[in-house]
Amino acid sequence: MTVGDNEKISQNQTASQAAQDVTPSQLAAALQREHPEWISEVVNALNETTAFVNRDHIVAVCAHLKSAPEASFNFLADLCGVDRGPEEEPRFEVNYHLFSTTKYHRLRLKVLLYDEDPHVPTVTGVWRTANWHERETFDLFGVIFDGHPDLRRILLPDDWQGHALRKDFPLRGYEPYSLK
Amino acid sequence: MSSTVTLPPSVEIVDQPLDTQMTISMGPQHPSTHGVLRLELVLDGEMVVKVKPDIGYLHTGMEKLFEYKKYQQGIVITDRMDYLNPLGNNLAYVMAVEKLLQLEIPERAQTIRVLFCELQRIASHLVWLGTHALDIGAMTVFFYCFREREKILNLIEAASGGRLTPSYFRIGGLMMDLPPGFERRVQQFQEAFPAAIEEFHKLLTGNKIFQKRTQDVGYISAEDAIDWGLSGPCLRGSGVRLDIRRANPYSSYEQYEFEIPTENGGDVWARYLVRMREMKESHRIVGQALARLKPGPVKADAPKVVLPDREAMKRHMDALIHHFLIVAEGFDVPAGEVYMPIEASKGELGVYVKSDGGPKPARVHFRGPSFVNLSAMPHMSEGAMVADIVAIIGSLDIVLGEIDR
Repeated sequence: MTVGDNEKISQNQTASQAAQDVTPSQLAAALQREHPEWISEVVNALNETTAFVNRDHIVAVCAHLKSAPEASFNFLADLCGVDRGPEEEPRFEVNYHLFSTTKYHRLRLKVLLYDEDPHVPTVTGVWRTANWHERETFDLFGVIFDGHPDLRRILLPDDWQGHALRKDFPLRGYEPYSLK
Repeated sequence: MSSTVTLPPSVEIVDQPLDTQMTISMGPQHPSTHGVLRLELVLDGEMVVKVKPDIGYLHTGMEKLFEYKKYQQGIVITDRMDYLNPLGNNLAYVMAVEKLLQLEIPERAQTIRVLFCELQRIASHLVWLGTHALDIGAMTVFFYCFREREKILNLIEAASGGRLTPSYFRIGGLMMDLPPGFERRVQQFQEAFPAAIEEFHKLLTGNKIFQKRTQDVGYISAEDAIDWGLSGPCLRGSGVRLDIRRANPYSSYEQYEFEIPTENGGDVWARYLVRMREMKESHRIVGQALARLKPGPVKADAPKVVLPDREAMKRHMDALIHHFLIVAEGFDVPAGEVYMPIEASKGELGVYVKSDGGPKPARVHFRGPSFVNLSAMPHMSEGAMVADIVAIIGSLDIVLGEIDR
């Protein structure tokens, strides 16, 4: 194999050339009509679409969006938690940023969780890349992903107390940390 | 090492009556782990049965820190994440905030951003090339790479004053315009660089030992690569023609002509070839950006967000007031949330910013390409030899500053 083998293939593919037949906001709206119990609300803001997904159906929604040909969200770009603050209810958000490697469109799914029950089913069965993202969210927010194959802390030590990105976790502390 | 090793044989973990499996800890002080990565290797003789990456040694709570800093103060934190590609991190973060503010960026500022991002991509790839070859045992390449990288760092220093932590891109534009004579200096680099790439190829690409160490090592198929969320050169090395600069263009990338290099091998060698060709493409984009540079403003017309010129502050009271307010109190960003992906040197760098309306963000999250690419490493390295692990880590081009944040 020499350097520059498939240099010749025309690569002037742009976002406009990739068939933008159905926009993510239309997709989410159609899915909401079809399965009202899956999606509670669709918000379009700043050229981004956010679908609020019912917690119990997140795996079904993800699997559907991955396999449906008009959506083909085969790439989980990111998964991250948000803490709205201890006084807010629901307190936690889990954001799923979906991307399609063929249609180049993006969609955000959002699951809202309450402080007393921060459980959400894992999507590692849909995209394996969710594994570390979910571990990170568990580590830093204390969101528990039910069914995750290996739900351990990832960035902080295993015996760390608390979840560092919660709003009620202090930025600074005066106690030195030592490994036990 | 036998030359007939092709695809990694599938290894079944069965009963080990003789207890021949051994668990060893590679790192966190191992030189080829590029920082402080620890790998727990389960070995059967020389063969790797299982790999467990252990990260977090460099965790400094950057995402927490963002929530306590004003928007413009966050830029300097981004420099320290992927410290080989700081301008890419700057760009992703400032563009996310600009999207929340719905700011229009002047054309000259966008062009200069592209120019620097591509120079930075070359610099990042040069560090990868040098250290990757060094890990495998080709020591010479390292010095040639760092010679070229030094030229780029000098350019970045000339414009921003910083070599590794430039913070050159600001919310609404740039810190300041290019210094006089800068275009000529970039032109000098442009003229010399193609010969340097040829030099790298001469040193490494035809090297039989290097080929044997990298071909058919660390294989990942296109489907698996997408499933594991690989991006950037690692994904393109598996034959997926995906580049965020084309898929979701930003900063006027749709106006530049460049190829998206891909290789179908899916192994360390394919990822090597992709990055080598990417440097050429970046070199092309830098040339186009130079040609597009027209005089004009480099800061958006948004006095409440963008710091005024020093000269204006001496003459106009309102400029002084704006300066004071921005520095002392910051500026309010409308409530909302954005996810801003860019094609960094290592893959898709996504920034999620959520604002509650104040001068400080409610949440900033970085989707680091190194973090995701490393998570696929156990999949790539099962059945490999211990020495291959070093080649696989090198081919992923990870930076622990970004993984641990």
